[in-house]
Order: sequence, then structure tokens, then C-alpha cells
Amino acid sequence: MHAEVRPVDSAGSEPGQAGQAEEPPVLELRHAVKSFGAVRALTDGSVELRAGQVHALLGENGAGKSTLVKILAGVHQPDSGTLAVGGREVSLPGPAAAREAGIAVIYQEPTLFPDLTVAENLFVGRQPLTSGRRVDRRTMNAEAAALFQRLGVPLAAARPARGLSIADQQLVEIGKALSTDARVIVMDEPTAALSAAEVDRLFEVTRTLRDQGAAVLFISHRLEEVFAICSRVTVMRDGGHVLTSDLAGLTAQDLVRAMVGRELAERPPEAPGAPPGEPVLSVRRLTREGVFTDISLTVRAGEIVALAGLVGSGRSEVARAVFGIDRYDAGQVTVHGQRLKKASPVSAMAAGIGFVPEDRRQQGLVMDMSVQQNVALASLAALRRGGLIRASAERAMATDWAARLKIRYGRLTDPVSLLSGGNQQKVVLAKWLGRKPRVLIVDEPTRGIDVGTKAEVHHLLTGLARDGVGVLMISSELPEVLGVSDRVLVMREGALVAEFSHADASAEAVMSAAMGQAGVGGPAGVGGPAGVGGPAGVGG
Amino acid sequence: MADLTDRLRPALRWEAGLAVVVILILVVGSASSPQFLTGNNLFNLGLSNGEIAIMTLPMTLIVISGEIDLSVASILGMSSALLGYLWSKGWPMPAIFAFVAVVGLAAGALNGLLVTRLRLPSLAVTIGTLALYRGIATIVLGPNTVSSFPAGYTNLGVNAVPFTGGDMTWSTLIFIVLAVVFGVVLHATPLGRSIYAMGASTEAAQFAGIRVKRIKTALFMLSGLICALAGVLWTFRLDTAVQNNGLGLELSVVAIVLLAGVSIFGGKGSVIGVVLAVLAFAGIQNALLLTSFNQEATGIVTGALLLASVFLPTVFLPQVGRLIRRRGHP
Amino acid sequence: MATLPGRGLRADRGGDAGLAERVFRIRESGIVAVLVVFVAVTTLVRPRFLDASNIQFVLVDTSAFALLALGETMVVISRNVDLSIGSVVGLSAYLSASLFADHPGIAIPVVFLAGLGIGLACGIANGVMVAGGRVPSLVVTLATLYIIRGIDILIVGGNEVDASALPNAFIDIPKDTIGGIPDLAIAVALVIAIGAYYLRSYRSGRDLYAIGSNPGAARLAGLPVGRRVLVAFAASGAIAGVAGVLWASQYPTINSTAGNGYELQVVSAVVVGGVAIFGGSGTATGAALGALLLTTINSALYVLGISSFWDQAIWGFLLLVAIALDQTITERLTRALRTMNQGKRSRHG
Repeated sequence: MHAEVRPVDSAGSEPGQAGQAEEPPVLELRHAVKSFGAVRALTDGSVELRAGQVHALLGENGAGKSTLVKILAGVHQPDSGTLAVGGREVSLPGPAAAREAGIAVIYQEPTLFPDLTVAENLFVGRQPLTSGRRVDRRTMNAEAAALFQRLGVPLAAARPARGLSIADQQLVEIGKALSTDARVIVMDEPTAALSAAEVDRLFEVTRTLRDQGAAVLFISHRLEEVFAICSRVTVMRDGGHVLTSDLAGLTAQDLVRAMVGRELAERPPEAPGAPPGEPVLSVRRLTREGVFTDISLTVRAGEIVALAGLVGSGRSEVARAVFGIDRYDAGQVTVHGQRLKKASPVSAMAAGIGFVPEDRRQQGLVMDMSVQQNVALASLAALRRGGLIRASAERAMATDWAARLKIRYGRLTDPVSLLSGGNQQKVVLAKWLGRKPRVLIVDEPTRGIDVGTKAEVHHLLTGLARDGVGVLMISSELPEVLGVSDRVLVMREGALVAEFSHADASAEAVMSAAMGQAGVGGPAGVGGPAGVGGPAGVGG
Repeated sequence: MADLTDRLRPALRWEAGLAVVVILILVVGSASSPQFLTGNNLFNLGLSNGEIAIMTLPMTLIVISGEIDLSVASILGMSSALLGYLWSKGWPMPAIFAFVAVVGLAAGALNGLLVTRLRLPSLAVTIGTLALYRGIATIVLGPNTVSSFPAGYTNLGVNAVPFTGGDMTWSTLIFIVLAVVFGVVLHATPLGRSIYAMGASTEAAQFAGIRVKRIKTALFMLSGLICALAGVLWTFRLDTAVQNNGLGLELSVVAIVLLAGVSIFGGKGSVIGVVLAVLAFAGIQNALLLTSFNQEATGIVTGALLLASVFLPTVFLPQVGRLIRRRGHP
Repeated sequence: MATLPGRGLRADRGGDAGLAERVFRIRESGIVAVLVVFVAVTTLVRPRFLDASNIQFVLVDTSAFALLALGETMVVISRNVDLSIGSVVGLSAYLSASLFADHPGIAIPVVFLAGLGIGLACGIANGVMVAGGRVPSLVVTLATLYIIRGIDILIVGGNEVDASALPNAFIDIPKDTIGGIPDLAIAVALVIAIGAYYLRSYRSGRDLYAIGSNPGAARLAGLPVGRRVLVAFAASGAIAGVAGVLWASQYPTINSTAGNGYELQVVSAVVVGGVAIFGGSGTATGAALGALLLTTINSALYVLGISSFWDQAIWGFLLLVAIALDQTITERLTRALRTMNQGKRSRHG
């Protein structure tokens, strides 16, 4: 049975809601509208959350999800529409009001205070006080420790927050939500930067929260996770909600169709299959103390090599070392037969390597600079004549690549921060493709990008390979790893542990190698449509 | 054509406002004193502000790149002290020039290395080197004063450049030349674009193959060299080398750069703005001087201008911007 | 609730807990250690360094300085900086001196209050602009440095107030001692202890650390950022006002140059004392120790017969060493904390 793709009023008028119609929903947002100047970010934002449920929110970039979240968080106020918490209508003039209403938001990049301890982070602004109105450190630490026990996470309450992994930072945020007795917990793409084991732990914690009666709103681009943890879903498109339904009976296809409004290929295109050419990138015994050991790999012209593994296995570090941003202690990097003498981006670029980094906003783009300037940033020398940058050449380059990659922007001189995530990633790609690299290293090329643009990027990569470029792709998304590459290399804890040809690579094989266990059954992160669950207890 | 206005638009907002301020100062100045726009007066303006003006140029590049250099006045003082000391020991002037230039470069190099290699915040580092270099100046000269430099050199400090009708000081000429060079480099060369990029996002600049550390160190060294030059000019103008030459000037230099619309956070600013800001600063000082206002209290006006420079963009100029935009799109 | 066998449920307090605290204590003991070394070496060469009179001198000299360091610390912890304190000291010094000169019978506490009031007004002005306008404090306090100094110059004109115009009771303030320790030093130590206690144990004090550690997160967390920053600047200004009055009691003449350049010395003391220039960490005690260290070094150099011309260079050098040291410590600490994560993670696969 498929749910129909049509706008559905979320006030309980669809099937499958038996048994829950008596209690008012914990949170109900109806027909929220929000414009920023001339831009209508939200035309019909509606979502209904019930206690003890994990509810998914899906939609492409620009669909209005983040605006909706910000309204729930009290950061923005809707132009019209109503928000009711626990049956009573509320208005949230600011984040403090949202917190008081019992709404907690866990952002993708948690914002902690690195100089304060974990316990202080949990209780910032509302530390328990002694009778003399002084901060009661002992109680604070004890309560924090108890909280983490409840969540089942071994975090030390009195350590500084500095140096915590993103996964742990999220747990602190969740702890904060718990300690404020939040009834609604919104998780905004929480798994984007987590390894599979950390995702499992997060899901455990989420189930605990759910079982304790919280209403969880779970936003993600990864459909397999949505099916693993959520029971209901709301899909948004172009600023409005288009589908709200139980997840049971829906397939990934249904969801994608609702998000995009058209059919899309379920899996990324098959790898080209043409025989690869000469080796363009050759890494021999690359080592960096404590980070990665003895990495040897080859990428041939026309080949896409995927580098898979858990987050923290050292893949990005290897890539950065190859590109010269990070140093290495031993080994060598050879491009097209030329040995790279020292680790520096300049020599890597001169040899023909391009590098699309993991962090688009901090590393891939200068957010304040214009689209045009970002596209030109790695090609300034080439655009030069008589020492000066030729403005017309720069503009031509930007226009040309924007057309080729179908980048959607207002004006070339707009700051690149105005573009959506997918288009921003295309700008990064344009920057490197403009240099006609022989080797392109891409680190998480489609992270945080909507489904439509994702497909375009995959097409782009396979097209590049067809043109003879050697592509080294680091990815944590198995469908991408399996679908786009000719070969899959797997890293674990700083070492290369497996290599699979396209034919031999399977989700189970790659995951086993990545986790170092044999025969692990379907943990979250394995690709595929409905029915693949994350069983409790895995990844302990 | 549309693209040209697009490129100029962000610059238009701040520099346009600043230009208006300069014009206002000119009007008010000449209204309150008939001497304001005379060649003689302009010459004196150049004399008293020349070295400060010169020092603002490398400071601009440093601030746009995301750092700051508070040791500029101390490098000026150190170079002045060395000039006096070596002269009193009988060194020939060309050798002194070379030595002072090298010391200036070295002082800048120390700043640059501490900031780029040890990754220390430039605000704190240059507060330290401000004390260190001024301290070196004090050690070198002690309480002494060296004067009576040969006329051939002191003339450089006080005479007009030939063929300019007696109105332009050497320091003004040097400022103009440097301003043009810096302007071209900053706005039209890959190096300039790189400086903007690293100020806006150090990481992204590194990932694009920009040699951030090397460029920042070079900028600090350039600042050191130019401040050493300013120290020489200052000494010759006053015909005095003493350890407290230029004491406290760094604040004026920073004030002018901020007034010019250069963002303290890096990544934004222009040389045109700096030139306008120098004009505004000098103009105000001069107008107040001619109207017998207590010279040392001109700081009030500098301070007020500085405050305006940070508060206007958040209030006043967006309105102006909206006006311009409406005109541009019928 | 699902139980999760096999995980270490006991939150690991021992090892990590001490770590943060230990690092801070190390920093402060470092300053004390350097202090002790300096004093020891100097006394060996010139035993009169530890004479009662010299100790009193150093303590008195440190008093106003350490007081200013307290105010500046509060501001710097919140990721701001107050460059106007030198000008405030100058203005307050002159105005209090002229109060005495023009109103001979005036009570001393009244003058202190007046000085405090002036400083408070300046501080509030700074705070309103920084907090309300969300404008960089470097720029704002640079501007007020100029403006306040300019106002001071206008008021002072070419005048100066001579110490002889000041009542004896006032001039004696730096000289009075209890059991060999100057009153002033004791009073200032008390104030600093209160300040340190506030920063460590009260919510509003802890909020300042949060604001300095991550201003955006502080706002998101609903902390009253504007109010806290305003209070920090107000306190810094008020303290500078009081320090100005103290200045008047210690110097033979007061003119328009009083307090010139003081702000950078105070910032140096604060940084040497372990307060991070980017905010979020450091203690008032450390800053006061930093002030004490710098004054002691000055005195040591004098007693050792090293020309005072070396003072500034040595200050500058020390400041650079302190900054470099702090950076190294922070980096090592971060690395250690990160590998602690690694260790935990491998235990859980």
C-alpha cells in the first residue's frame, strides 16, 4: 500500500493514526509561513509530534526544513500560522522561550563551550546553587554523572569540553535536553558526521528518549536511517509540507518521489566499466605517527576509487596528507610518475591534484566571497596577465562553469553563502575542475546535499572518469561507495584493511572490513529501502 | 557595465560615506579658516602626518589578512634610535640605512614567525613586541638624544619635493607612490585576492593552495621595513633621535585603518578608503589647529570618528544602500 | 529503560576530572615559581631586596596595578578588551586631585566615591556601546581611550596639581602599614579575593566564561550576554576610577599625562597571569600574580643596578614567553583530551 502524494492536512485526517487521537499532540505547528525579505522560505509548514514517537522530517535543500526547525527553536517567528505545545497555543519570541516550552534542538554542529567542563556545559546559566546562591559544583557534577548514566554514555562530568568528538558533543547536547525535561527533541541531521558505531549509540539514546515519553523530530537525508528509527514521516517540498504519514508501508521510492516530485534513479549510475589507464596517483607506504600507517594505493586514469571506512579511520587525514595540507612522517606520493617532494598544497596542485574537502563551509569555500571569486580562487595565476587579474577572464570562467555544472545562483557577484548546500558544492567542484586536474580527491562529495543534486554530482564524477581523470572518493555513504566506484578500499584505525573490485564489493563485505568484525547483520548505515533495521545491541 | 557597478557596489557604500565626510571637513575647514586650503598649509599637513600615513598602508594589508600589528610605532622608534646611535658612532649614512632596513625586516619577521609558526594571536604578540622593540630603542639610546644630522638628510624631512611648487613633502610623495602600488596589488593581483581570502577564511585559503603563512610573514616584514623607513623620515624631520619617538602612534594608525572601513575581523577593506581616512584624519587635525583648538584634544574627534565608523554601518549606511539599489533598478 | 550490558557505566571522574583543574593550578604555580626564582636570585646578589621597606614599596606599587588587572580580567574573560582604562585613570586622578585642591576640607571617602563614579560612568558608556551595538570592543575602547583622554586634556589645560595641595591623610594612604604590610595592599588583596570568588562561584561570573568561550552558544543558551558584558565593563571602569584616585595619592604631580599607556601594561599583566586573550579561561588570582610579577621584576632590575632602560624590553620578552607558553599548554591539553576520546572509543569498538 502506498500513501498518495498529495498535501495532507496534518490534523489527524489520514489512516493509521488509531489509538492516538485522544491525547493532544505534544507539539503542533500548523500552516506556518515565513518570508525573509522577498524570499518565501516557508509557505506551509505543518508538523505534528506525539509523545513517545520518533518523527522524520524529510525534504530537499531549500524545502524549508531548517526554517521550520528555527521556528520551533524560537530563533525565528512565523509570519502566520500557529504553534501549540501540549495543546496550548504558544508564541516563542526567542530561544529561551522555546526552552521553557520544553523544546530542545540538537544541531548538526553542536555549540559547546570548550573552556567549560562538561557538567558546566550541561547546566550553563542554570547551575544548581547552594544556600548562599553560590554555584554548587558537587551537586552539578553528580547530577551530570547521573544523567550520563541514564543515557548509558561514559562521559566524565568534570573534564573540559575541549577536544570532545562531535558524537560526544551531541550527547552533551542531548544530556542538556534531558536535564531541562524537554518534551520535544529536534535532531537536525545529527548523523552527518558520525561513524556507524556512533550512529548506533545515538539511536540507542534516541530510543531511550522515546521510551521515556519524549517526542523526537528527526531530520536526515539518509533514508535508511529514517526507516531504522522513525515511525512517522513528514515530507516537505518548496516550502510546504506535501506528505505526512506512518512510515509503515512506504518505500524509499515513495519518499524520494514526494521530496522531488518526480521519479529519480534509485541507485546512482553504474560505474563506467571502461578499462582504466596509467596510474595517475600512486601512494607508497604513507605514514603519520598515531594517525595512519603504511598506506599504499594507486588510482589510475579513468578510475574511481572509493575509500570507505568508519569516521575516524583516518581517511580524510590520508587525503589531506596526499594533498599536502597535513604533513606525513614517511612514504611518498607520486603523481603521473613525478614524485612530490614536499607536502604542500602548492606542489600538489602543480602536479595536478585537486581536493574537494570534507567541510564545505570552512575549507571548501570562502563564504564571504562571491560565487565568481570562489570559482576563480585556485586559478588566479592562470587568469593573470601582466601581474593583474583579468576581470573578463574571471567572469567568463565563472559563467562557463556555472552553466556546465548547472549551478543555481542569483548573480555571480552574490556571496556564495546565499547558495544552497548542493549549489555550494558545485562551486567547489567548479573551482577544481577549472584547473583540469589529473587527480581529483573528493571527501564526502554529497554530504548534506539534497537527492537531486546528489545524482548530478555522481554523474559529474563518472563523467570525469570517462574523460581520463583519476578520482579518489572518500565516502561514508555505502550506496555511493558501492554504486559509483570501480574499486573500494577500506580503511580501519589508520590502516588499509581490504580492497574490493566493483563486482566483489557488497554492503556487508565493506562494513565488515570497516568494523573489523565478520558477519555483522545490517547495522544502520547499510543502504537499501524499508525493512533494514538497526537492532538494539549491535555496535556495543 | 552592470557587472562593473556590481563590483563597485560594496565599495561604494563605505568609501562613498567617507568621501562625503572628507568633503564636509574640507568645507567646514575652509569656512572656519582662510588658510585651510593654501599650499603652505597642505605642506604642513604632509609634514605632520606623513609618517603616520605611510604606516597605515602595510597595516591595512595586515588587518585585511586577519591580523594586527601594534608594534609599528615601536619599530619606528627603534629605527630612529638605531639611526641616532650609529650616526653618533660615526657610521656612514648609507650603511646606517641598510642596517636599519634589515632591522626593520627582522622585527617584522619576528612578529610574523610568532604569529604563523607558533600560532599565537597577533594582538597579544604585537603588544609584546611593542614593548620589546621600544625597550630595545631605550637600551640603545638610553636617555640620550642625537641631533644635528647632516642637512642633506634633514632636508628630506622638511623640504618640499622639487618641481612641485613647494607644496609636497617627501613623505607625502612616498605615501602617494606606496598607496598606488599597494592599491594595485591589493585590488587587482592574485596576491591581493589571496590576502582577502585568508582574512575571510584562513582554512579555505590554505585549501586553495594559498601560502597563508608565507604571505602573512611577508606582510609583517613589509610593515617592519616601512615603519623603519618612517622612523628615518621622522628622525630627519625633527632632526632628533630619541627613544620615545613616535610613542603611542600605533593607536592613530589603527584608528585610521578602521575608519577607512577595513574590518577588524579581516577580509574587507580598500586602499581608497585608507587614503580617504588619512585625508579625514589629517584634515580634522588641521582644521582644529587652525581654529586654535587644543591640539592634543583632537583625540576626541578621532575617537568620535572611530565610533562612527563602527556604528554607521549597522544603522545609517544600510539606508543609503537601499537608496542606491533602488536607483540602480528602475 | 533499556539496559546496555558491556558498557562502562561508571562515569570516569578521577583521571579527567583533575585534568582541567590541574592545568589551571599549574599555570598559577608557574607564575609563583618564576616570582620565587626572581626574588631568590635578586636577594642573593642584593640582600636588601627583601628589606621591609622594599617589600612595602613593591606591594604598594603593585596595588593599583593589580586592581586594574582584576577589572581587565573580567572584560578579557568575556572575549573583550578595555583599552580605555589608562585614560580613565588619568581623568580620575586629575579630577580627584583638583577636588582636594579646590575643596580643602573635603572628606577622603567622598573623593574616592567621586573617582569611582567617574570611572563607572565611563565603563557603562563602554559597556552600552559594546553590548548594545554588538561592536568589537577593541574599536570601541580605542575610541573612548581617545575621547576620554581628549576630555581630560581639555579640562586640565596646561595645569597640574601638586602633591602639596593634597591633604596629608590622603598622601599617607600608600604609606600606612599594619604589621609591616601596607594597608593598601591588604585592601586590594581583599578586593581581588572577592573578585576571584565571584568569578569562580557565582552564576554571573561563570556566565562571563561561557560568553568568552563561545559567544554564539551563550546567546543561544539564553544567557543575558548584553547585561553581563555591560557589568564587566562597568566594573572595569569603576575600578579604573578608583585606581585613578590611588594614582593621585602616589605621584608628586598630576597633569594630563597621568595614566598614559597604562592600558597596555595592564593587558600584559593579565596575559602573563594566564588569562587567554581570546577569553573563556584564566583567573583573577592569576592576573593579580601577573601584575605582582611584573612589578617585582621592575624592582629587581632596579635593585640589581640594571639600568631601568632594560625594563620595557624585559617586559616585552616575558609577555612573549607567557603567550607562547600558554599556547603550547592549550595545544598539548587539547591533544591529550582528544586521545582520551580515542582510548574510550576503541574500548567500545
